[in-house]
Amino acid sequence: MQIYLPIAEVSVNAFLLFGLGGMVGILSGMFGVGGGFLMTPLLFFIGIPPAVAVATEANQIVASSFSGVLAHFRRKTVDLKMGFVLLVGGLLGAALGVIVFNYLKSLGQVDLLVKLCYVVFLGVIGSLMFIESLNALRRSRRAGSTPPKRRQRGWIHALPFKMRFRTSGLYISVIPPVIVGLFVGVLSAIMGVGGGFIMVPAMIYLLGMPTKVVVGTSLFQIIFVTAFTTMLHATTNYTVDIVLAVLLLVGGVVGAQIGTVIGARMPAEQLRVLLAALVLVVCGKLALDLLLQPAELYSLGTDGGH
Amino acid sequence: MRRLIAVLCLVCFPALAAEEQVVLGLSQDRVAITADFDGSEILIFGAVKRETPIPDGPPLEVIVTVAGPSYPVTVRRKEKKFGIWINTDSVLVDLAPSFYAVATSAPFNDIITSTEDLRHRISIERAIRSVGATMTVRGAKDFAEAVVRIREDEGLYSIREDTVAVDQQTLFRTSIDMPADLTEGAYLARIFLTRNGEVVSQFETPIDVRKVGLERFLYNLSRQQPVIYGLMSLVIAIAAGWGASTAFRLLREN
Repeated sequence: MQIYLPIAEVSVNAFLLFGLGGMVGILSGMFGVGGGFLMTPLLFFIGIPPAVAVATEANQIVASSFSGVLAHFRRKTVDLKMGFVLLVGGLLGAALGVIVFNYLKSLGQVDLLVKLCYVVFLGVIGSLMFIESLNALRRSRRAGSTPPKRRQRGWIHALPFKMRFRTSGLYISVIPPVIVGLFVGVLSAIMGVGGGFIMVPAMIYLLGMPTKVVVGTSLFQIIFVTAFTTMLHATTNYTVDIVLAVLLLVGGVVGAQIGTVIGARMPAEQLRVLLAALVLVVCGKLALDLLLQPAELYSLGTDGGH
Repeated sequence: MRRLIAVLCLVCFPALAAEEQVVLGLSQDRVAITADFDGSEILIFGAVKRETPIPDGPPLEVIVTVAGPSYPVTVRRKEKKFGIWINTDSVLVDLAPSFYAVATSAPFNDIITSTEDLRHRISIERAIRSVGATMTVRGAKDFAEAVVRIREDEGLYSIREDTVAVDQQTLFRTSIDMPADLTEGAYLARIFLTRNGEVVSQFETPIDVRKVGLERFLYNLSRQQPVIYGLMSLVIAIAAGWGASTAFRLLREN
């Protein structure tokens, strides 16, 4: 069943979109990640213009994070104060990201920027995860050894503007969380991702937050930042395709529920090796596109409202 | 079946000087882009009306073109820099139709001279205007050719020779395929009658291509009321996501 997307102005198969949404949903349920960093490149591959893919994906992330954050509120695992501090940085970052995005769009380099960002981040995160989870696998085979102790960085505590975060049990400067939020905001606007895959490790290792509030707090920040990004893209680029978003979403939500069930039955270390391999495959495909000579050297961009 | 739904628009020019005139019918004079729009086929048929006997000499040939609205197009060329392929040079092609199809009754070059082609802008190359190509970019001509090549690959530009059937030098018919990825706007169908490479008569009629229903509503809203559209997108997406997950959870609990 072909469906014509009103904003992307392309006709795609609705079942393909359901399938993509479902597949990414299963993966995100299995691995507990948002899935935006997989969905956006997949949308490029099926021919959705990158600008539409990024903006629409931001819209989809708002929705898919919403039910997640509700569950965390019920369990009281959201550090609201920390969430707001991260949010301040995130909104600034998103605005900055959209400005950069629109500037490069006018230069015709936005596809390059988006793809480069993906190659760099997927490459770095994928490699780190791969090494880390391989080590973890090896450790779990040698039973009885203790996990390495988390190091607290001294300089984080030397910064000014300290604030007390009761839920997290922290007394730290607001500068690091604002910077983390800012960074994630920029990524959200440029890459169409929630940024959980950067924020969660940063909150644990950099800010030293307790693991149980990390996911809820990051989801809280992600909802508002991606909602803001959606609005910015909708009002400046007109690239949010609601039909595309809803189709992906329905598949995604159902997939996520199935994925959670599968994920609970698989050992965590092996899951993470799989996820790392998947991230590296997507990264490799995008990198090849940039490195190999394209079949068509020319590309068309339209000016003036179209 | 097609004839039943056919909207026949007969137009006559009794007082014109040309000896041979086109009387045209279209299977549809509007194309509606709906949510399940998957391309369209337009049947173009007609007759040649003449007061005098069929002239001697080479037979009458027919060329049919359908053109979408024209817009400026920025063409960018990739070059290898720092080891990766990035867009470097760009050329603005002043006007290029978003869709262009040519159907002819015989090989194109046999039935029309290049002078006549230039005058009426019939072939695909002539339909694109790129006078503003900057001289600083080397190979500016390649850029215009790239527009044609890319759009031919996407099925937006096509030339199909020998696809207009002509009977007794009087009746003709052809069909034009329109792909799913159409730009909306006023399309123009043109019919040229040629003899000995010269255009002896021409006729044109508009075809209206537009989004309808939900497609039209969403597109207009996103352009005219982007804030409302953005908020609506968020609300709909949240409701859909929350609804789907709640429904699924209830389903599993039961």
